[in-house]
Amino acid sequence: MEILNYISSCAIPVTILVILIFGLYEKKNVFDSFLEGAKEGISIVVKIFPTLIGLFVAIGCLRTSGILDAIISFCSPVINLLKLPSEIMPLAFLRPISGSGSMAIATEIMSKYGVDSQIGLIASTIMGATETTIYTIAIYTSAVGIKKTRFVLFASLIGDVVRNFSCNTYLAKFVVRFFLTKYNI
Amino acid sequence: MLNVLWPVFIIVSCIYAIFTGKVEQINTSIFSSLESVVQLSITLLGTICLWNGIMNIAINTSLIEKLVFFFKPLLKYLFPEIYQDEKIRKEISMNMVANMLGLGNAATPLGLKAMKSMQEKNKKTDTLSNAMLMFIVINTASIQMIPTTVIAIRSSLGSQNPTATIVPIWISSACSIIVVILITKFLIKVGK
Repeated sequence: MEILNYISSCAIPVTILVILIFGLYEKKNVFDSFLEGAKEGISIVVKIFPTLIGLFVAIGCLRTSGILDAIISFCSPVINLLKLPSEIMPLAFLRPISGSGSMAIATEIMSKYGVDSQIGLIASTIMGATETTIYTIAIYTSAVGIKKTRFVLFASLIGDVVRNFSCNTYLAKFVVRFFLTKYNI
Repeated sequence: MLNVLWPVFIIVSCIYAIFTGKVEQINTSIFSSLESVVQLSITLLGTICLWNGIMNIAINTSLIEKLVFFFKPLLKYLFPEIYQDEKIRKEISMNMVANMLGLGNAATPLGLKAMKSMQEKNKKTDTLSNAMLMFIVINTASIQMIPTTVIAIRSSLGSQNPTATIVPIWISSACSIIVVILITKFLIKVGK
């Protein structure tokens, strides 16, 4: 587990290092490129801000009104069969549909149950490992005017299920055990 | 999609809250949601600007083209029908590399270009070809080396180790991408 965590911590510095060395090796103006990209970053965040406001409020309402918990407990017999913690289910359902919606619900889940708790870590993993499947399929097929998509949705959603499943089971347990021993939470 | 979901979420929860007497909580939750968006956006602003800057350096070098080289054998397995076509091959692998590096903004236009080139080779223009099918499925299951959004969320909520889930995310998306590729391969074969 030490190694796993060490690699995780290395990921960002190593990526930056490789890119910088590569840039210098090809004699590019590294800092100018950086500034240009960082400036673009501002507009990305500004662009998603209104979406986030709308969706965070909606998800917050769902959570505090108690209706989300009601739906979860209603569905829990089925969810228990899949051995998934039911707190995660709203995220698992929303993730393929909406990117900012799932950001809202992941944040909600993590702040309610704790970022470094088991559920928080599982939510982080699901959030990072999955894509907005349905959106991706929609833009790629509609861009070229495809109507018959065959089994693309089926295959992609199987992938989502596998991901949610693998996030929830062994992996999550490993990470959690490591966290508990390291930080004595 | 959200034009339907969003109002439904709010209307349903407001009605439910009124009937269960939780109107007070709804009020507090609206304002605390706004607060957490602002907090998250500040962290996101930092993370995304830094990452976009770093990745812009990568785009300006030939790094992506160099990485594309490693994808060659993989593409031969994944896209046997269009493997011969150098242009499509390049577009597909550029899209994959951009996805892996988390360059969402660069990946989608590259992917659309690849889709258009594949459509030109497609015999039935209203149906997905095998290659397009595989391409979309891989895009929905893309592995991201640095999941910046998750890191931003985690650090905005005060995690002790925001990057802790990077390796689990890799493993989990690797599992699913393998399963998805095998399933797609199998279904393509059966479909014939």
